[in-house]
This record gives sequence, C-alpha cells and structure tokens, in this order.
Amino acid sequence: MKPIGIYIHVPFCAKKCPYCDFYSCSYNLKSAEKYTDAIIRDITNLPKDIYADTIYFGGGTPSLLPINMLNKILTALSYSCNIINPEVTLEVNPCTVTKEKLFHYINIGINRLSFGIQSVHDDELKLLGRIHTWKKAEEIIKSAQIIGFNNISCDVIIGLPKQNVYKIKTTLNKIAELSVQHISAYILKIEENTPFNTPDIINILPDDDHVSDLYLFMVKELQKLGYNQYEISNFSKIGFESRHNLKYWKCHDYIGLGPSAHSCFNGERFCISSDLNKYINSTEKIITDKSPYNDDEKIMLGLRLTEGININNFPNKKALLLKKAKLFQKLGLVNIENNFIKLTPEGFLVSNSIINEFI
Amino acid sequence: MANENIRNFCIIAHIDHGKSTLADRILEKTYTVAQRDMEEQLLDNMDIERERGITIKARAVRLNYKAQDGNDYVFNLIDTPGHVDFNYEVSRSLAACEGAILVVDASQGIEAQTLANTYLAIEHDLEVLPVVNKIDLPSADPERVCEEIESVIGIPAMDAPRISAKAGINIEAVLEQIVKDVPPPSGDENKPLKALIFDSYYDAYKGVIIYVRIKEGTVKTGDTIKLMATGAEFTVVEAGYMDANNHINQGILSAGEVGYISASIKSIGDTQVGDTVTHADNPCDEALPGYRKVNPMVYSGIYPADGAKYEDLREALEKLQLNDASLAFEPETSIALGFGFRCGFLGLLHMEIIQERLEREYNLDLITTAPSVIYKVKLNSGETIYIDNPTNYPDPGTIAEAEEPIVKAEVLAPSDFVGNIMELSQERRGVFKDMKYLDESRVALHYELPLNEIVYDFFDALKSRTKGYASFDYEMIGYASSKLVKLDILLNGEIVDALSFIVHTDRAYSRGRKMVEKLKENIPRQLFEVPIQAAIGGKIIARETIKAMRKDVLAKCYGGDITRKKKLLEKQKEGKKRMRQLGTVNVPQEAFMSVLKLDE
Repeated sequence: MKPIGIYIHVPFCAKKCPYCDFYSCSYNLKSAEKYTDAIIRDITNLPKDIYADTIYFGGGTPSLLPINMLNKILTALSYSCNIINPEVTLEVNPCTVTKEKLFHYINIGINRLSFGIQSVHDDELKLLGRIHTWKKAEEIIKSAQIIGFNNISCDVIIGLPKQNVYKIKTTLNKIAELSVQHISAYILKIEENTPFNTPDIINILPDDDHVSDLYLFMVKELQKLGYNQYEISNFSKIGFESRHNLKYWKCHDYIGLGPSAHSCFNGERFCISSDLNKYINSTEKIITDKSPYNDDEKIMLGLRLTEGININNFPNKKALLLKKAKLFQKLGLVNIENNFIKLTPEGFLVSNSIINEFI
Repeated sequence: MANENIRNFCIIAHIDHGKSTLADRILEKTYTVAQRDMEEQLLDNMDIERERGITIKARAVRLNYKAQDGNDYVFNLIDTPGHVDFNYEVSRSLAACEGAILVVDASQGIEAQTLANTYLAIEHDLEVLPVVNKIDLPSADPERVCEEIESVIGIPAMDAPRISAKAGINIEAVLEQIVKDVPPPSGDENKPLKALIFDSYYDAYKGVIIYVRIKEGTVKTGDTIKLMATGAEFTVVEAGYMDANNHINQGILSAGEVGYISASIKSIGDTQVGDTVTHADNPCDEALPGYRKVNPMVYSGIYPADGAKYEDLREALEKLQLNDASLAFEPETSIALGFGFRCGFLGLLHMEIIQERLEREYNLDLITTAPSVIYKVKLNSGETIYIDNPTNYPDPGTIAEAEEPIVKAEVLAPSDFVGNIMELSQERRGVFKDMKYLDESRVALHYELPLNEIVYDFFDALKSRTKGYASFDYEMIGYASSKLVKLDILLNGEIVDALSFIVHTDRAYSRGRKMVEKLKENIPRQLFEVPIQAAIGGKIIARETIKAMRKDVLAKCYGGDITRKKKLLEKQKEGKKRMRQLGTVNVPQEAFMSVLKLDE
C-alpha cells in the first residue's frame, strides 16, 4: 500500500481575490474554533490503519488559522494515522504572517510553505486584488528562510492584462533570486462565478496566441533559472517537486477534510459540501465517482506530467495511443521516448485537445 | 340549398396587413365561434403560421350570416396562402370563389404579393372588394391608399370599407358588401358531378380529406368518385363542410357549395390540387381547366446532424409529405455529410418552412446544403440532362451548352431605395425591364433575374438594403443559356462535396472569396493549420488559412478539479461528436449553415 496524502481545506480568507473560485468565507475566532473541532472529529473518524506521508493545508488562507488550532489538527493526525517522513505544506498569504508565526510553524512540524506571490509588480498585484506588495512578500520569504524553511514554493499568475515577456521575466528572476525551491505558475483562467468574469476584464486580457507565447517564454526562462518543469504549471529544483500534488496526477489515494475538500480513497471519489456550517454540523459525504483511476483518467492526469505515460500500462489502447502520438509528434506537440508519450510545452498548451484524442 | 344565398370568397392581403385578424372578426360576427373560444388567428393553426403571420395551407370555413335585408346567407370563407411559393395553390383557391376581399394596410399601401394575387383574382373573374384596414393607426392614410388602389389596380375603391379588424371597427360593412357585391355561384346540381380540389390534407383517422368546390352536380355518401387526372376511384364516406373547429358531415354537397369529402384515400399523391372530382359511372365530359402538376423549383440536401437520426428524418419527411404533395425527396449520400435526402421545394419559403417543421415538430437537428435550382445541360453527345445537385455537374469538357432558370421579379418599395435595389439586382445579374411609380413615393421595379441568384439570400439582402420596406415576388419564365461553372471548396486539400455549388463565371470569384472567409470564421482552430480553398476545376481562386490552435489547457488541476475536469473533457468530446469529421478536420454544423447567408 502506498502512503496516502491528507488535504485540509481551510476556508477562511481576509479578502476574497476576484479571480479565485475556491470556497472561502470570512474569518472569526468562533467559527475557526468550531471548524477545528469538526476537522478533529473527522480525523478521529478516519480508518485506523492509514499510512500518510503528506499533509497539505490549502485554502482559503490557511495562515489565518491560529497556531494552536493548526497544532491541534497536526497532533490529532499524528495520533490517528501512521505518519511517516511527512511533507507538511501550508499555503501562506504574505500579509497574514509574522516572523514569530513562522517560527511557530516550524516548531509544530510544518516543513513546506507555499506563498501566494502571483507577481512582483505592484500594479499587477493591485489588479489581482491582492493585499500584499512585493516588498512585503520578499521580506517574509527571507525571514522564513532565516528561520529554517528550506522548501518554499511561490505561486505566479501569467496571462494578465498588459503583461509582456519583460514583466514575466522580472517576476521570475526576482523570485529566483530568493532561491526558493519551487514555483507554480498558472495561466489566469476566468472562472464563471467570480468578479473577474466581466467584459471589463475579459476585454483587456491578452488573446490566446499572446498567452501561449508568454507561457512558452516562461517555461524556457524557468529552465534557465534552474527550475525544472515537472507538470503543466509546476517547476522545481531537482528533488523539490510537491510530493502531495504529485499524488493527484499519479493516481495515488488522498483524503480531503474541511468544506469543499475532495478525496479519492478506497476506489471512490467523494467530496464534502462547500458550506462551513453544514460541515460543522454533519459528516455527510457526496460520492462523485465510483470508478476512479480508469485508463482514461490515468491518461488525462499522467499527461500533465513531463514524464508522461508509459504505453505499456495501457495494453488495450497501445496501438491507438502510438498511432495518434506519432501524428502529434509531427506537429511538435508530443515526444515519444522509450515507450513513454510525453507532451512538449507546446503540447501542454493544447493538452485538452490532445487528451481528448487519446481517450 | 338555394344558390342565391351562397357567397364563396377569399381574402387577399400582404403579410401583416391583417388577413387572419379580419377572418377572426368575421368568424366572431357570424357567431361561428363564440367569443370566449376565440384564439387569435384561428384559421392559421400551425405554430409556424402564427409566428410568421402567414398562411401556409388553404382552409375553408362555412359561416351563417343574417344580412340587413333580413335574409340568411351562407358564407364560405376560403383561406389562401399568401406567398409566391404557393402561387398555384392560390390560383386553385381563387378558382373556388366568386369574390375576393382585398385587404390593404391603411399606412403601408399595396405590396408586391398583394398585387400579384389581385391580378390572379382578376384573371379568374373574381369580384374584388377592396377593404382598408388598420384605420385606427396614427399613420393611417386611407384616402391615399384608396387612390393607390384605383390607380394601380384600376378598380373603384373610394367606397371601400375603412375598418380596423383588430379593434373590430366597421366589420359589418364588409359582411354587407359581400352579400351585395359577391355574385352567388352558378351551376346545375342535376348535371354530372364536376368538383374542383383546392386543398387536401391527411387525417390520421379518416385518411386524406379533400377540400372541394362543387361546380356542377351533386355528390353523396356512398357514391363512387373518380379523380380525373390521377384516375383513382374511391367511395365517398363523408361529404360536408367545416365550421371553425369541426367537420360537419351532411352526407351531400351540391353545385355552388364548398366543403370536404373523405373517401378512405390513403395517399395524398392521389389528390392533386387542381384535379377534378367526378362520378365514376356518370363522368362529366371534361375536367376543369387549369390543372397542372406542381414541380419543385428549388433543391437542397437535408442531412441529420447526428447520422444515427437518418431513419427519423425519413419518417418525418414521409409524414410531412402526407400533407404536402409538393414536397419531393429522395435519398442521397455525401462524403462530407453522410446519408441524407435531396429535397425539392416550390420555393425558398417552402424550403424554410419544411426545414423549420422538421426541426420543431420532429425535433431533428439538421444540416442543409445551399439551395440549388435545376440546370439544363446539353452535352456534346447531344443528350440533355437536368442537374439539381451541384455534385453531379458534368465535367466542363463534356458540356455543349448550359442553361439556367430565369424568373420575372417584381419589387415594390419606397422610391428612396431605388438605387439600392438596382445595385442589388445588378450584382445578381438582373436585367432591368421597367419601373413604374405607384404614387409619388412608391415604385414597382421589374427585373429578369436568374433563379439561382435569388434562391440564395436575395430576399434577406433586399430587406437589409431597404430597411425591410421592399416586398418581392417572382415567377418562372423559362431557361436561358448561361456561363456556369462548378465551384468547389477544399478543406485541408480535400473537396467537401456538400459545399460545392454552381455559379455564373462572373460571380465565381466573389462568391468563392466570401465562402472561404465565412468558413474561416466558423471552423474552430484545429491542432494543425488548415487551408480553406475555393477552386474551379483544378484552379484555386481564393484561399484562407485557419491557424493552428495554440491554447486549450486547464492550468490548475488538483484533487478537487479531477471530477470537474473529467466532465469538462467529456463535454468537449460530446461537442466533437456533433462535428463532422472531414478528413482530419472537425467542422461544426454552423459552418455549413453559415455559408447559406453571405450577404452582409
């Protein structure tokens, strides 16, 4: 049995970002306490013999949760599950932490921080509705390093209005100067139920061709800066890939706790409703898929990784996969190496269309 | 029944000038329908008719009217189709009447279709009673309209009733005028039976029901009747008339009457409009004049968007044909579109109505090809062939001469738009014949135009260039020699047969150019670059390129997104299934439809 991952969704945010469609609600001490109790209730109810090697606090803004509550959750986990050599990640908003808080994080066992940086340009940060400035972010990352964090990730968003390669180059270089270990770089996607979904924003976004150019530039630039691409939007120094996130793409089991969290465990996908009060009062799960990890899903997720998929793992589809892959290879979208089909950066950009041809 | 008290009449009006509303009011006034049962525009009972404000199939209703002279009269109101596509059906309906009410909108004046149908009525010796409608509108100018009627048509109009069918104003005057001016029918009920079929429809329980005007003689239940053109014989089951909702079987119909006959007739093909009904054992000496078989003028390929729906499409067409003998269809295959049918229509409106009914009433998603006319091609071998499908157009080297159908077109419009209309007609290879002023501000233009130029999108173009004010009518006048070529569209180097069309040499380049531009707009980017070319023979005359798709990616995909992403991919895949795969290129249904309307 492979060890599983545990995801904990912390739904609190100081301010909702206009592009974000993850579930969140406003923070107050009382609901944080009730929330923590509910998480601990669910941890106590976990199957007894679970082995886990990653814990991931995502959000929302997990850094809003007081230290004592994070500590309670981690302690409960260590009692209820077998935790081995864990990667323990916490997503951090630069404005919600202090040196002191960071110091406590390391003491309660958090060993990986993921900062929502997005950009080093304050005009871009303002447009994104972020509450921090680059100066503030830089300061706090440096503090984290001094305190002893040696596995830090930064989030970056590309495809913003008026963005050009120089702006992206600056963002990437300034972040790389800090020698962080990991960078997640996402192309901005306008989600349906977000404030960004208005003509005012949509009309000023760069077009698909431009965004594609920015993406390809970014992949090269990060490579140059020593960050190796291992997934469509993820780059790291060797050995610092996100162990937790890799579980999603490699079809390993994971359990998600907290409102709107998803799980894939024991042959079922299920989730918890996106409603904090409901979550506090019930342990209801919604089953979303009873046959996960079939061939189509393995292809869909495996092709997100630069290592690609091994055609020998798909005996029924081998011929079709190879035939189509050869076609895509001619178009520069795919590489075929030693039975592995891998997408090129150009291929990643049209991965939905390619995956649809394979499944 | 004394013929003296029968009045058979129809109503002629332009779309929206108020024919159906007037019919409703007449039904109300004669208590044929109780007011509470009134449904707006009762005579038009197909959804499409109501929405478009047009009448597609004729229908006849019997009404009883007690006139001011104290006598009871029987009115037979025969509803006629208003559109040029159904010209022949109109002429048969007119042949069943002695009078026609000409409804003219008090602000709009006479329109092309009204004019054409009025001429037709005069040709059939009908008494034409002008009525000026919509007098309650602020823009109404009944005096001017009456003058127009007098000067354009040449019938007295100054005493025409000024009415508002909508508001129910002055309807009595119309009824009284019918009594006074429409002549009673003539005809001897003791002569051998001679009855005109002016409409028919298929009833699931009774079989085909024919609408007839008895010209001579009497027909009764149990009689053996013969349809003279088709030679088919049947035994009469019912003979009677229609009130607003029901068939009233009175067992007998006599000279002068209008009514229906049911005789367990299975196929509508046996009951051609215009045919004469007589007795099998005591036939009349000759059939009524004017019968002709109606032939389709416009052809188009109709394909199910989902190939699996081919049988459903066939069934739907068969059902529509039960009620519409003028609809022709036969199976055809296209490399691009798979299995479908080549369908023949009386004209453009007929085509649109059939397509719409297939989609609406039979829930079918269709792809249709550009409408084509019938070309007459003389081959070097001396043989003459008729081409209704561009795909079958012969190799130019084998053609001695090609001919295309020509129509006489009449356009009525405010004089401000004369320039635009002339420009459009010129573009469409029209030959100017003459122009007449109907009054100071309105003109009638006559053109001879190739039918293939108007089946396309002429009416849309005309409307957009005259702000919707122009009305238009056409009739076939024959074939003329023409320089025609077959234009092919190539997608990624391969000919798409469903997009081929026949066009005049001089128009080939501009049509080809517009086609490739439209296709470029409507075919989504693929994973590779796709050239779209227009070609005549082997020669490329226009080209556009669809650039390769660059971006189709879900940047963020973590635990929560996996179910969502899977659904997204499934949806994309579904969308792709609905597209046609031509070689390696996926073409959406809209791309085929987009090229049907090129004028913008």
